[in-house]
Amino acid sequence: MSRRDEQAAVPFTKNMIGAAVERREDYRLLTGHGKFLDDLDMPDTLEAAFLRSSFGHARILGIDTSAALAVPGVVAVFTGEDLRPMMKPMPAKVAHPDLQEIARLPMALDAVHYVGEPVAVVIATNRYIAEDALDLIDVDYQELPAISSTAAALAPDAPLAHEGARDNIAVHVTQRAGDPDAAFASAPHVLSETFTVTRGGGHSMECRAVAARLDTVTGQLVVWDSTQAPHYARNALANLYDMREDDIRLIAPADVGGGFGPKAQFYGEEAVVPWVAMQLRKPVKWIEDRRENFISTMMERTQTHRVKVAFDDDGMLLALRDVFEHDQGAYVAGLQVPMITLSTVPGPYKIPNIHTELFSCYTNMVPTSSVRGAGRPQAVAAMERMMDRVAEYLGMDPAELRRRNLIQPDEFPYKVGLMFRDGSPLTYDSGNYPELLSGVVERIDYDGWRRRQAELRTQGRLIGIGIACYVEGCGLGPYEGAKARLTNSGEVLVTLAAAPQGQGYETVYAQIASDAMGLDMEHIRVTTGDTGRIPFGQGTFASRITATAGPAVLQACQALRARIFTTAAVMLKIEGDNFVFRGDRVCLAEDESIGATLREITQVANIGKHGITLLRGVPAGLETQAYFAPERAAYASGAHAVVVEVDPETGRATVLKYVIGHDCGTVINPLLVDGQVLGGFGAGIGNAMYEEQFYDESAQPQTTSYLDFSLPSSMEVPPVTLFHVQSPSPLNPLGAKGAGEGGTIPAPAAIANAVEDALRPFGARINEIPVTPPRIVAAIAGRTTARQMS
Amino acid sequence: MQPDVHDGIDGQVLRVIVNGKEHRGVTEARTTLADFLRRELALTGTHLGCEHGVCGACTVLVNGSAVRSCLMLAVQADGAEVETVEGLADGNELSPLQEAFHRNHALQCGFCTGGFLMSITAALREGPVETEEEAREVLSGNICRCTGYAGMIKAVLETSEQAHGTKAAS
Repeated sequence: MSRRDEQAAVPFTKNMIGAAVERREDYRLLTGHGKFLDDLDMPDTLEAAFLRSSFGHARILGIDTSAALAVPGVVAVFTGEDLRPMMKPMPAKVAHPDLQEIARLPMALDAVHYVGEPVAVVIATNRYIAEDALDLIDVDYQELPAISSTAAALAPDAPLAHEGARDNIAVHVTQRAGDPDAAFASAPHVLSETFTVTRGGGHSMECRAVAARLDTVTGQLVVWDSTQAPHYARNALANLYDMREDDIRLIAPADVGGGFGPKAQFYGEEAVVPWVAMQLRKPVKWIEDRRENFISTMMERTQTHRVKVAFDDDGMLLALRDVFEHDQGAYVAGLQVPMITLSTVPGPYKIPNIHTELFSCYTNMVPTSSVRGAGRPQAVAAMERMMDRVAEYLGMDPAELRRRNLIQPDEFPYKVGLMFRDGSPLTYDSGNYPELLSGVVERIDYDGWRRRQAELRTQGRLIGIGIACYVEGCGLGPYEGAKARLTNSGEVLVTLAAAPQGQGYETVYAQIASDAMGLDMEHIRVTTGDTGRIPFGQGTFASRITATAGPAVLQACQALRARIFTTAAVMLKIEGDNFVFRGDRVCLAEDESIGATLREITQVANIGKHGITLLRGVPAGLETQAYFAPERAAYASGAHAVVVEVDPETGRATVLKYVIGHDCGTVINPLLVDGQVLGGFGAGIGNAMYEEQFYDESAQPQTTSYLDFSLPSSMEVPPVTLFHVQSPSPLNPLGAKGAGEGGTIPAPAAIANAVEDALRPFGARINEIPVTPPRIVAAIAGRTTARQMS
Repeated sequence: MQPDVHDGIDGQVLRVIVNGKEHRGVTEARTTLADFLRRELALTGTHLGCEHGVCGACTVLVNGSAVRSCLMLAVQADGAEVETVEGLADGNELSPLQEAFHRNHALQCGFCTGGFLMSITAALREGPVETEEEAREVLSGNICRCTGYAGMIKAVLETSEQAHGTKAAS
């Protein structure tokens, strides 16, 4: 029997699942006693600082480190040459057979390909001294032409982002469903447009951080890493260093100060710091500062979408064609983002004929990777902007147009006809898209605002209403794992492979464990993110953990419960296993005076008596584990609706009302799920209206501080009305889907739709996101702004 | 940890009162107050998010005023009274503001939280915060990337009402 067959077998009662339990993590964080990586206090720890490329593209002709080495307090300087033994390519986490893969090394060797690429590392007694020494390293660069946009990458006779490469295309992928060419040829109406979407970076408030120490007694390398994916990082290190996985223990601290995608990737610095610690036989720590974060932590950047839709007189969609350019940056750390975009465009609509096509381009900018939303906001923007254009063309209400085209609740599982990035056919598992749409339409008082919009227009005020719907592939495989153990103190310890960055795993997984066992939460503790405690895991990304680690915890705890009850039955000399938990006691259901405490049970089954035969029938060692592998991705969904007012003089758009309808399947903890959605929305508003990275034509980053790059503060994130529809996923026993990204994904599309709607009297076009005041003013004036600052 | 005294650089003698307790130390002139608190005094609740004075994660109170401890040198705090997030709770008992944060899920990763708590503490000492708009202004000097601020706005208004007995207007 496969795991998937087993899971449905054991029923459980939902008492804690669905409860708004306040978080266990809060106390330490509120009192300043959180355990973040930089709080690690090891004696004699040396500190690292990286010298980074100051050119977008250059050959390294020589590096002179002698002056740096002479600085008192400097212990060592390593260049790429010095790290030769471990200088292997770091492979793309999501690849493609057609990928033109260019080696991404932990540190530059003879050339640099983006500003910020590590060139050397100084190890000193403290960071101040290490940074002093950085200034004294002399690198002889020969500058080469740099690529600073996908348009530049694809231009005829474009210089190469990498010398010796075939061209600047990393991969070209096409997906098709139905017969889009025939559908377009025969369609009554066809509209097309080009949209660009620039996304912000992750901007976790804690930057990246790594520390490492070689345990010379056990020979184990211990690495602390503020990562979203400890096992992925451990595997990468084992590969680079050619070490056994057990000889590396990688720990993501209990407190990681935000992740949002970039910390789920693996970086050169993560490879260099532990290596150096092994060479020097001293603990070494590197804490990224914000300036480094701006130039060397992966971000998402621009996609350019050329979208075409075919439709009939009633607004029914007949075909969709989206050809888009994705800025992959200087190296392919993974193709997950554009591959997700490729299959997210059709969204919740029935479209019989689809053509999506990706040109992923090498540029000379920091590599891109997943940032909360991960390729979905761009896809949703392309589709939802076109839905508004179709409605405008037909003179139809845009909400009505959407309603007509939605996949209906009785059509699941719904096969779109494309492949998702997890390697399985894009098959929506469950949902209720019409309820989400009608829910936001009602709650925002759509009809009322349409009336007010008309009235206020006569007074010269510009009100706009925007709607955006989306479907989000989440809960990705391959698997996630959990262990459950009865400890010496009589508590159940749940060990997750996955590591949190603020999601509240210590609380949520105790809730799930509590229901799995029928045991009060107070007897359950959760620990996370340590490869020394559980050997396999994947990591926290793609809104996948609740739908994968959740079932693993459920199954491990159900198995532990059975072992505990078996032990109790032997100890109490009772046939059968009709037991219940009462406080810390296992009691006979029909007579609760008969029972044993968890401490007594652990004493018998786990601690035992040295050399004395175990009671016959007691399972030795009350520890269980489960790895849950979903059959395929689950699909969360939602709709956003927004009312904005635009000041045509200043270009300022003010959000007057915002409603989110969200369906992540079973809600485990409504307090925390609301927190995920509202927090994701904060990032969505940033993406929609504020956050934009600029590079000049030589690929020099122009936004390298929070003075140049606007993160939304409390003044920018408007209040939200949030409601949930719960369509449980049939793909896991909890019915869970992902909740981390739904607040973010459709926000740029909804805002852009609303602003264009407000500007309809001018016939202005909003084709670029973020929708900033200069873009709005330019759109009113009938022009578009140049994307690059020159 | 040893004071940062290195060849050719004189250590500066420093006396500060932190959370009511006097500390004497020697530090390099260039050491920021944030690094001094974190490294010399092991008060690691003060976090560094941007080191250029925008994110506010490093906010502490110096003689009652909220300051960015990443932009202030430790020696500038000589003789001053400094309050950090570690000083907010009374023993194991959370302050009303901390309780309100917990109740309203006003923190997720918790990295920015200490700075917010200190900024809000300074603001609430100046007087009540009565409207959502005012609460947003109080929070606007700090950045949180996790929560979207909704829980924090509620926490500020509830704490103000408790402390000042005023009713939130919105």
